Amino acid sequence: MKTKWVSAPYLVWMTVFIAVPLLMIAVFAFTSNDGGFTIKNIQDVGQYANIFFRSIWLSVIATAICLVMAYPVSFILSRMEKHRQATMLMIVMLPMWMNFLLRTYAWMTLLGNNGVINHLLGLIGIGPLKLINTSGAVVLGMVYNYLPFMILPLYSVMVKIDKSVIEAASDLGCGSFATLFRVIVPLSLPGITSGITMVFVPAISTFIISRMLGGGSNLLIGDLIEMQFLGNAYNPHLGAAISLVLMVIILVIMTVMNQFSPDDQVLI
Amino acid sequence: MENIINLKDIEVVFEDGERILKKINLDIKDKEFVTFLGPSGCGKTTTLRIIGGFLEPTSGDVFFEGKRINGLPPYKRNVNTVFQRYALFPHLNVYENIAFGLKVKKLPDKEIVRRVGEMLELVNLKGFEKRSVSRLSGGQQQRVAIARALVNHPKVLLLDEPLGALDLKLRKEMQVELRKIQQALELTFIYVTHDQEEALTMSDTVVVMNNGNIQQIGSPTDIYNEPVNAFVADFIGESNIINGIMPEDCVAEFSGHRFECVDKGFAKNERVDVVIRPEDIKIIPPEKAKLTGIVESVVFKGVHYEMTVDGMEHKWIIHSTLHEPVGTMIGMDIAPFDIHIMKKSEE
Repeated sequence: MKTKWVSAPYLVWMTVFIAVPLLMIAVFAFTSNDGGFTIKNIQDVGQYANIFFRSIWLSVIATAICLVMAYPVSFILSRMEKHRQATMLMIVMLPMWMNFLLRTYAWMTLLGNNGVINHLLGLIGIGPLKLINTSGAVVLGMVYNYLPFMILPLYSVMVKIDKSVIEAASDLGCGSFATLFRVIVPLSLPGITSGITMVFVPAISTFIISRMLGGGSNLLIGDLIEMQFLGNAYNPHLGAAISLVLMVIILVIMTVMNQFSPDDQVLI
Repeated sequence: MENIINLKDIEVVFEDGERILKKINLDIKDKEFVTFLGPSGCGKTTTLRIIGGFLEPTSGDVFFEGKRINGLPPYKRNVNTVFQRYALFPHLNVYENIAFGLKVKKLPDKEIVRRVGEMLELVNLKGFEKRSVSRLSGGQQQRVAIARALVNHPKVLLLDEPLGALDLKLRKEMQVELRKIQQALELTFIYVTHDQEEALTMSDTVVVMNNGNIQQIGSPTDIYNEPVNAFVADFIGESNIINGIMPEDCVAEFSGHRFECVDKGFAKNERVDVVIRPEDIKIIPPEKAKLTGIVESVVFKGVHYEMTVDGMEHKWIIHSTLHEPVGTMIGMDIAPFDIHIMKKSEE
């Protein structure tokens, strides 16, 4: 192929900004302060097992909620007339035009002990409830921020499902539920898997959402890594080791996920 | 023969106010091969979708074996559809596609295997069970679509331009095969097409539609030989349609001459459409003819030549096994029974 050279800029980019840093993380993870090889950093990650489990658990819940909420919306969206689809998609995307920090900050003022929600509840004699600094608030933040990343891949797969295929299912005896599970879900599987990836991966490694909405008690892996590089706990070797373990976990989960995806649509 | 489907005053008006079907009435006899024929936008597919249950008429009633079935969803109707672009399930293989309807109805496995096997044999797809439908040719996909519908043993099979995407040779083969299947299984087939030749070769009854109205219902021979109006005549095969008047019974006047014909019952000097089939015009020496013209073009069509002849007031289309060179003056002769007189249609 004579056009190979056009990919050169990206190849350079990939080497300098992806391959080399990855290698550096690996080197950091397996060395100690004095530069010698060690597996102590990796072993130390074990101390934080509870944080790993919490991160996985909260992001699994957030991903599941996103899927359940996004699936029907995406389907309805994909069946609308073309010009209305564009408008509705814009509305879905609208929050993403606002700065991520600002959006999360807005939730702080909504959920705070003296926040808008508690204030309103107080008017009808309820509360104040503890809303902020809970794991629920963290999940809410994840769902709110990452929901569009579930809707978009689902929608883009569903819009390609021909109306006549759905009619054919109905013609061959399927009621609404049978049509959903025998035809629509199998055909939207690639969208489901990529939607899950797009939500789960950023959710499991977030640190802003947990910091702003979770308080000190809902530390996630992302916070832990941040602390090793920028915080008081300064220990880049441990930070690199945690990052490496997180990467392996994500890789394993994605590989398992891809088993459910059709062969020609593997994601990673 | 008994009627299996009756449509009573079916009207379909879309949201934008467009009237797709204008109060049509139609009876479909059991075990017949019925074809809805018409140009695109005439309402033929809409009529089929109403029978299939995919579209509710704005007003009017649909009867199936005497029972009103308005509002009954497709999956509760004893009809199956072969869709225009097949609409096979891309995530299932050939066997699973055909077995789909039976699995939904939770039939015993043995029964499913037997019936799918029968269908594979019927449509000549034995050995293709495990093949992904995306790796089949157009003709094979078509066969899967037919098998997938027929395996449910419907009383009526609806076919929406099923051969439209196939090449000519394959289309001809499938026409014959579909007709055979219909006769072997003794089913009612309702077939939608815009191809008049397809309609004439396959059908027991042809329903010619235009602009949301039924123009004519009849056997292929009736429709071809006795079209009720100029639209049908023109749509079913090429025709010369000329404005004329009827000075008296059995006399038609057009192109400045009087001709003997066999039609009567028109008002004196009523304005009519005169329809003459291109193959019914005989070429004779110009000095012996009332009608003359100059040959403008000659196209070889296999069995015959198609000529356009400029006859001053009308450009004639003539089909003939002989041909005259371009630019020659010819005479045209038409036998009285080949001159078809039709009332001017109101539209």
